[in-house]
Amino acid sequence: MPFHRYVELGRVVLINYGPEAGKLATIIDIVDQNKCLIDGPESITGVTRQVISYKRLALTDLKVDIQRNARQKSLLKAWTEADTMNKWESSSWAKKLTARKTRAGLSDFDRFKVMVAKKQKTAIIAKKMAELA
Amino acid sequence: MTAAATCSFSHFVVCLPSCSNESSQKPPRYYPAEDAKSSKSTYKVRQNPPKIRKSITPGTVLIILAGRFRGKRVVCLKPLESGLLLVSGPYKINGVPLRRVNPAYVIATSTKVDISKVDAASITDEYFSRSKDDTKEGEEAFFEGAAPKPAVVSDARKEDQKKVDAALLQAVAAVPMLEGYLAAHFTLSSSDKPHKMKF
Repeated sequence: MPFHRYVELGRVVLINYGPEAGKLATIIDIVDQNKCLIDGPESITGVTRQVISYKRLALTDLKVDIQRNARQKSLLKAWTEADTMNKWESSSWAKKLTARKTRAGLSDFDRFKVMVAKKQKTAIIAKKMAELA
Repeated sequence: MTAAATCSFSHFVVCLPSCSNESSQKPPRYYPAEDAKSSKSTYKVRQNPPKIRKSITPGTVLIILAGRFRGKRVVCLKPLESGLLLVSGPYKINGVPLRRVNPAYVIATSTKVDISKVDAASITDEYFSRSKDDTKEGEEAFFEGAAPKPAVVSDARKEDQKKVDAALLQAVAAVPMLEGYLAAHFTLSSSDKPHKMKF
């Protein structure tokens, strides 16, 4: 199977380790085989321009059209034009992450409500399945 | 503080309300041949009730972790002088009566029940103390003790339970699903990580 996600200029990445974990950024330059230069844009994702190891990045399907070492301004323009944040948020990956976050923040009572809702759901499915069979 | 004690530390005398009575007391007619030892003044420390962690307030739903009712979710009514917590199931929902629990063996959840209408002022630590006369002493009681006696709940206790729970049940019924929540046991399954869970 060929690769589809490359480490390249304009590649949108998800930071998965360190203080910026969970935020998106864009590769704006390649430093070497281990590191690259990323920038948020800060006004959208909250990540400042910095060098980061590839080990801390996960490549996404998204890409923006930018020049090497692009300025904040042109990066921001590329992101808004491509509507990157909305595209990311509608991806199943992002949805899974937010769902996981909500789940982790549930209180004991909330978990009980989820359990009850799940039971109701399975009961409905079982009933429908019984009708079909 | 006794009068003798105040004399021996006369330069420390602080004007207590009892000082004013001294002039009305008659001085003794004879001095004792030997100096009677004045009783030592004891400074009684008034202990404050132990501090209870902030997450536990009146109305907090607690998960009991130890004892007969482990795994039950109960409502905290108030902290007591002794540092224990007064809880109620309510009895009708999960079978936990008005009871004292040690806060160390309890998980405080973030769920609160509005217990502003519940009156548990009459229930204190003394309420739970055993009356002296029901512990029989001597040989007879020792041999009798071998056979387990059925626990008898006095009618007064049942009355108090009903009184407290009446308002509590109303407050619980006002929140949807809360009754089922209190009735359900707390359990962990293999994938649950209690140290990472929020309660």
